[in-house]
Amino acid sequence: MLKGMFTRPENTKMYWKEFMRQCVDIGIGSLGIVSIISVFIGAVSAVQTSYQLVSPIIPVETIALIVRDTVILEFSPTLVCIVLAGVIGSKIASELGNMRVSEQIDALEIMGINTKAYLILPKIAAAMLTIPLLVIISMVLGIWGGRLAGVASGIITASEYDRGLLTNFIPYNVTFALIKSYTFAFIITSIPSYYGYYVKGGALEIGRSSTKSVVVSCIMLLFADYVLTQLLLTH
Amino acid sequence: MIEFINIGKQFGENKVLTDVSDVMQTGKCNLIIGTSGSGKTVLQKCLVGLFEPDRGEIFYDGISFTEMNNQSRKELRQQIGMLFQGSALFDSLTVEQNVMFPLEMFSKMTNEERKKRVNEVLARVNLENANNKFPSELSGGMKKRVGIARAIVLNPKYLFCDEPNSGLDPQTSLVIDKLIYDITKEFNMTTVINTHDMNSVMEIGENILYMYQGKKEWTGNNDEIIFSKNERLNEFIFASKFLQDAKDMRMLEAKGIISDDRDMEEILKNGDKLSN
Repeated sequence: MLKGMFTRPENTKMYWKEFMRQCVDIGIGSLGIVSIISVFIGAVSAVQTSYQLVSPIIPVETIALIVRDTVILEFSPTLVCIVLAGVIGSKIASELGNMRVSEQIDALEIMGINTKAYLILPKIAAAMLTIPLLVIISMVLGIWGGRLAGVASGIITASEYDRGLLTNFIPYNVTFALIKSYTFAFIITSIPSYYGYYVKGGALEIGRSSTKSVVVSCIMLLFADYVLTQLLLTH
Repeated sequence: MIEFINIGKQFGENKVLTDVSDVMQTGKCNLIIGTSGSGKTVLQKCLVGLFEPDRGEIFYDGISFTEMNNQSRKELRQQIGMLFQGSALFDSLTVEQNVMFPLEMFSKMTNEERKKRVNEVLARVNLENANNKFPSELSGGMKKRVGIARAIVLNPKYLFCDEPNSGLDPQTSLVIDKLIYDITKEFNMTTVINTHDMNSVMEIGENILYMYQGKKEWTGNNDEIIFSKNERLNEFIFASKFLQDAKDMRMLEAKGIISDDRDMEEILKNGDKLSN
């Protein structure tokens, strides 16, 4: 499937239009859910970290440091992408599945359009562009959510939280999170595209392939998470 | 003209087409008829390249389609229009956007020129005021007409129609048949129609290929089909008493026993001649 995507576009302008449409669908369309999840992830992390840090020897700024690192390293790229696998993955699989079953893909083929390139490539490219951006937004909102909850519940003051955020900050962690988000973006668009594009049957099969694509994407995403962590974070 | 020679196709152990050969003529409505499962849809999909035949050759105006590379096929496909059984309109696009899609993809027209061309073809299929409607807002007949408009917007040389009358009432079926017939004549296209509809066979069947269990069983036109002695064809075409009677009437007409206006008195008077 991937090999068939890379041919010369029939009309670059139309491919660009489709790419932009997918950017809006995937990027802007997922912004709301990503924002809500991120704020709550950060808030819960701050409260739970404070609950577990019972020793008076550990400075309270550590809460901010732990929230920052867990959000950047794991919660924003992995958790957000798992949610996106459900949101975007099921949409892609059902959209392509419906197009296949209702012969819309055949109609495009008859017109002389490379359907793999026109329907799948813009989705993968749009996800590769917008998902890392969503992950960056998620990091910011997650850390801000931790601050909000920490200050609101009296666990930590705003200045202590800000000081903690700047302690032992490793910029490589952000690079690592972005590498993960690029990989996950590819997984959560290519697998549903495959299941949707090759669906056979009717409405029931579209539903089944959509569910299956989300399950497989999530498993592959967690596996990739483990492999990338092993490769990039172990010394 | 589309010629296919000894086309064979099987899926696993299931032989769907066995050495089917025929010529689809330019400027005519070429019908492929047969019972469900006789292989007519597979044959049509082989002709347009949606399925690769296992054996045989297909020629579009003398040029081998089977030996063409992908690029040449893509170029040829811009001269092919197809009306699908379920119309296959793009759900998220309006009627105007659906018809404009091939123009946007393949023509170098300006936006105004494209709009003008879309309005022309929509007027040709009698859908002047439906530009901004979505496919979900259209009736079955309107969807078919949008499908035809999209298929002919690039002025194709070849038009394929898969069951154009399925799901339509008899009156709308006749409208669609007439539209396809008129367009075929107007643009001198090679039109290939898969159908079960006996009205279509009788009205527009200028060149008919009857398929039985994946093989060519009979060829002819809508006049010849009346007189055919092929048992399988007769069982298929004139399955009901009503259609048998219609056949008898046609035979009487053809023999000059009754006139074309179907004068009932004349029919009753000559009724005994029919049984002979």
